[in-house]
Amino acid sequence: MHLAYPAVLAALLFCTGLYGVLARRNAILVLMSVELMLNAVNLNLVAFDVWLRDTVHAGQALTLFTIAIAAAEIGIGLAIVLMVYRNRGTSDVDRLRDTVEGREPAPTSDSAPAEPTAPRPEVAA
Amino acid sequence: MIGTTLAAAAAAGSGASPGFLSPSGVEIAFLLVGLATLGAAVVTVTTKQLVHAALWLVVALGGIAVEYLLLTAEFIAWVQVLIYLGSVVVLLLFGLMLTKAPIGPSPDADSGNRWVALGVAVAAAGALVWVVVDAFRTTWIDLDGPVQGSTAVSGEILFRHWVLPFEALSVLLLAALIGAIVLSRKNGDTGTARQEGKR
Repeated sequence: MHLAYPAVLAALLFCTGLYGVLARRNAILVLMSVELMLNAVNLNLVAFDVWLRDTVHAGQALTLFTIAIAAAEIGIGLAIVLMVYRNRGTSDVDRLRDTVEGREPAPTSDSAPAEPTAPRPEVAA
Repeated sequence: MIGTTLAAAAAAGSGASPGFLSPSGVEIAFLLVGLATLGAAVVTVTTKQLVHAALWLVVALGGIAVEYLLLTAEFIAWVQVLIYLGSVVVLLLFGLMLTKAPIGPSPDADSGNRWVALGVAVAAAGALVWVVVDAFRTTWIDLDGPVQGSTAVSGEILFRHWVLPFEALSVLLLAALIGAIVLSRKNGDTGTARQEGKR
């Protein structure tokens, strides 16, 4: 098999994910696009591992590690998105503009239950 | 774009032995599955319906699993099916439900800088595809011979050469699990009372 096939497919998938990360507004859709980018990298790793006939199969081992880290990342990312949604009432990355420069902080619509977001004791202590 | 890639590489690497204009069956299958995967990925990042995006992601990730099978990495293909199709997509669907994503089409799924994002993505795709084709137009993967990614081979290399990263990865997964639990736990009365008591 020509090596250009998997390499070109991985490049195009990566750019599709790149577009999704930049263009999507919902944080969960951004996470989906990140998954697409990670899968493109995995495809490259597997293709080059098969091409090089590595005796320790570093590409495939790294692919397995990437898959596991992606699973961890999606768990943590979804937990963070859920917490942001619970505190702010939205999960759109466009509206999370508290740290934007040169602008007064816009009043956020607090449709979430008004649990005051006290600094968590793990951080404060 | 794959067509132009084919044409360019065929024009450039006509002296290579396997011949670009007579692709093997594996290459044809790879190309067709790759087109389906790419189409599903594009629909995933462009559709207006959030739940449909997650379901098209299933198609894209499953297509990538088939590509792994065609590259004789069957263990990774099944890991892909198990972890991505089995758990990650389900987690994403749960996340969509818990953030009360609308079921129908949501017109504000894309942000205002969509055209800038499209420009960046097209520029990156052009640059990457050009570089990759230019670099690997005369490189061939030898898929014959012993299977390189079977479960026996993967298990052997994983537990002979990669034991330490493997164990470190399991600790990382445990840490991520605990972190996700701590983050997503509701700060109810018992939790705050206990934290106040601890303080």
